[in-house]
This record gives sequence, C-alpha cells and structure tokens, in this order.
Amino acid sequence: MAHIKLNDELEKETITLNLGPTHPATHGVFQNVLEIDGERIVSGVSTIGYIHRAFEKIAEHRPFYQITPLTDRLNYCSSPINNFGWHMTVEKLLNIQTPKRVDYLRIIIMELARISDHLICNGILGVDTGAFTGFLWLMEEREHIYEIYEEVCGARLTTNFGRVGGFERDFNEIAFAKIKKFLKEFPPILKEFEKLFNRNRIFIDRCVGVGAMPAEKALEYCWSGPILRSTGVDYDVRAMNPYSSYEDFNFEIPVGTNGDVYDRFMVRNEEMWQSLRLIEQAMEKISKEPQGVFHADVPEFYLPPKEEVYHQMEALIYHFKIVMGEVPNPATEVYHSVEGGNGELGFYLVTDGGRSPYRLHFRRPSFINYQVFAEMSKGALLSDAIINMSSLNIIAGELDA
Amino acid sequence: MIERLKTTFSTAIKNITNPYNLVTLEVEAEKVPDILQFLKNEPDMGFRYLTDICGIHYPHNQGQELGVIYHLHNLEKNIRIRIKTFISSDYPHIPSAVSLYPGANWMERETYDFYGIIFDGHPDLRRILNVDDMVAFPLRKEFPLEDPNRRDKKDEFFGR
Repeated sequence: MAHIKLNDELEKETITLNLGPTHPATHGVFQNVLEIDGERIVSGVSTIGYIHRAFEKIAEHRPFYQITPLTDRLNYCSSPINNFGWHMTVEKLLNIQTPKRVDYLRIIIMELARISDHLICNGILGVDTGAFTGFLWLMEEREHIYEIYEEVCGARLTTNFGRVGGFERDFNEIAFAKIKKFLKEFPPILKEFEKLFNRNRIFIDRCVGVGAMPAEKALEYCWSGPILRSTGVDYDVRAMNPYSSYEDFNFEIPVGTNGDVYDRFMVRNEEMWQSLRLIEQAMEKISKEPQGVFHADVPEFYLPPKEEVYHQMEALIYHFKIVMGEVPNPATEVYHSVEGGNGELGFYLVTDGGRSPYRLHFRRPSFINYQVFAEMSKGALLSDAIINMSSLNIIAGELDA
Repeated sequence: MIERLKTTFSTAIKNITNPYNLVTLEVEAEKVPDILQFLKNEPDMGFRYLTDICGIHYPHNQGQELGVIYHLHNLEKNIRIRIKTFISSDYPHIPSAVSLYPGANWMERETYDFYGIIFDGHPDLRRILNVDDMVAFPLRKEFPLEDPNRRDKKDEFFGR
C-alpha cells in the first residue's frame, strides 16, 4: 500500500499556535494566531472584540449620568479615572467650575486608581517572568485601595464614582484615616517589591531588551501612557493639559530610554512613587480648604439630597429634571482627555441639545497601544512575546469597549 | 498657522470653528491626505501625533451623511486640532491615512466596522470589533439598539 501523501498545507515547516482567546497568559479575552518556528514567532494576527459591548451605541441612548457606569467597564483596573474623565468631559461641556476641594479629592482617588492599575501590571509581569511573590505582596495593597473606594462610594471594582459636578457624598473620617494609613504602610511594601525585582538577575535577564521600541515609532503608532514614556517621550496629559487642578501640584514624569519591558516596569514603579507624592500634597491642600465642600453649586445638574426633594419644591423640580434628562445642554462638540492607567483616555462628545449624546467616542489607550503588538512579536521568542504583552498592560474591557 | 492653512488650501477648507478652544476645520474629503500631510510634515505645523479617528452619522444631511473626525496633536507646542470631513453614504470612500500615521490602522478599521466608511489604500480593511459576517454597520443611526423582535419588553406586558 502506498504511503498517504500529505498535502503541502500539512507539510509546512511552521506550527500554527492559537494563543487565546482564553489563555492565562493573555490576561484578558483576546486572541493571537501565531505561526511559530520552534520557539520563534514568524508572524501573528491579533483578533479582538470578544467582549465588545457596544458602549458607544448604548451611550447614544442614555442620559449623561447613566453613562458613568459604562465607563467603569472600560479599564476596570482603574475605573475611577474613567468615571472622573467622563464627568470632567460633561463639566467642560456645561462650563461647570468645580471647587478646588473637589479637584483635590478627585486627584487622591485618581492617583490611588493609577497605583492600583500599575500594581496589577507590575505584579503580573513578575508572575509572567516566574516570580509569584511580588504579585501576592502587592495584591494585599490593592485590597486597601479598594477599601478606600468602598468607604467613599460603596463599590470596589466598577465604582460608578462621583457625579457630574463632584461627589455623591463627602469623604468621611474613616476614609481619610484609611488614606493616611495607606500612605504610611504602602511605601515600605513598594520598596520591598522594588528590592525583589529591580536588580534581580533573572528578572533583568528576562526583561532587558525585550520589546524595545524607538520613540519615533512609538509616536507613529500613537502610543501613550507609561509605555510611551518608557521610550523617552515625556508626554503625560496631567502635565500637558492639566485637568482637575493638576497644575497646582509638584510631580515628576519618569521616562525610560529604549522602551523595553524593563523600562516600562521601572516607569510604572516610579509613577507609583509620584502618585504617592500627589496624594500627600492633595491631603495637605485639602486640610486648608473649607470642609464639607464635595460638589459644585450647580442645582441644574447635581442631584439635590433626598430629604430636600421631599420637602422643597425647587429641589423636587431639579430632581425630576435631572433624572428624566430634561436639562438643556448646548449643541456642540467637546474633546476631553485624562491620563488613564494606560495612557491618554479621551472622550469625544457630540451633542445635539438632547438628553443623550449624539455621538460619544472613547479614545481607548489599550486599543491604540495594542495594534503594533503583532508586528513587534515578529522574530521574538514566544516567551518574550508573552511578557511584552503583559507589560503593554492591555485591558480587554478598554480594548473592546 | 490657520492663515497659512487657509492660503494653502483655500477652497478645501469649508469652515473653521473653535469650540472649547480646539480649532476645528471642516474640509473636503479628497483633500484630507494633503491636509494631514501638510499638518504633519510642514516644520511650523508639526502635528505629528494622531490622537484619534472616529466616525459620525447624520442621516438627514443629504449627500453628507457620514463624517470622519481626526484629532491631531502637536506635542512640541502642545496644540490640538480637529479635522472633520463629510461624505455621502452612497459612496462612502475616503483616502486612508495609514501611510502617514501607521497608528491609524485600527482606528480606521474601527470606523469601517461601525459606519461602513471605506478607507481607500488601507492595507487590511476588515471588521475589528464585530463579527466578520455581520452585514450592518451598527453605529449608523438607523440600526436599532435592541432587537425590535424582542417580545419581553413590549408595553403590553407592563400594562402600558
């Protein structure tokens, strides 16, 4: 009997490897179909969209205040930044001036969110290079950040933090005590984490030179956030287009040199230190601001307290109008961006004067940062591509929206 | 800067506005690559960073139903600019910006996916977030948010 002749397709020399959509190393639901030759990646195709939830379409059918919970689910590792970014977009649209105390409170929460975002990314990078300890060390601290969120808004992960014009309620004493406790207890742990990794021989061998990116190419591919800064470009929205009174603060923007995985790790670590500095300054500034101010004085847009709704005509009317989305807004367009955990998170809002946006587009940093990944992986080792993906910190929710 | 743009592309620029201090140019679709090229490469323009591309749909603007909006950023001088262009939904073609800004690749794919705007010259114009065999362009206004055949949300079940 003659041998069965394999056709050319089966005789190819590379192996097709399906990485994802649910592979532990992708840290999210997205797929890469790779052609590998031994351990080297020859080519790859990224497929995304597995958790696409049509937020932009839904947003066109919701009043402004109902869009906040949608933004939670973009980058769910730092949802407060998304929430406030959206609130600030609406405030910009409606020309609402928030009191300084609100701005500073927001900065505390946004910087805590940035820390929790970077904790995950750097912790997981350790796991992907074979060191689990750091991750466990840091996760406990994320828990403390979530407890602060919980104290202020009641939620932990998808926070729906704050309202247009400020916060839903003031920070209580317990919240401030928890923030102070965190400021005291977190630095030694972060230091210990850095001691474990920064000069660790195995870690350095795995990370240095992997996924290096020239600054010019990073800009061409529209990178933003820590990964852009790791290439040496000092673009940070907080410094370039200050929002929420970032201009009142002293902080530095850490940059790397060659944009490899190690540089990104170091940039994120340093950003956590800068975030701590910002929180400390904000706490200091808040102590000098008049107490009890937690929202702007804009009755047309900010819901009155429920007790007033039951007893005062004015409050009842405003409550009704806000909930029913009967508040007039200008027919115009506005773009506002904030520095999210992964880069420039932009909101492009077009209104026609109606109760919901005519068009709302999210500029999602993960989506834009990720597109060059397949190209970067060409010729790389499979294990290097994994840590490269890990340190790009692609959050599937933000990728797909 | 705006004066220079005006003199270089006199007729192509239809309208200049400045909502919330972001200069917005409405331009002719076929001139978009030239204008982007000019904005990116001219030394005193320097809009080398592409922030975003997205689409928009105005079903009642006859002949100009679909729009594409570009946000550019000059990182050295920290100036942002917005370019808007409108095309007909009967022939939704516009030149691609990928050769100029490689990062436009997925942004244009997303815009194609949701609005059916065809970017001529794009290296790989496929759907990106929706399934490949989808026929509709879901962010167009005529596309309903929910399946109109759903029975569980009909008024009759709620005594309305």
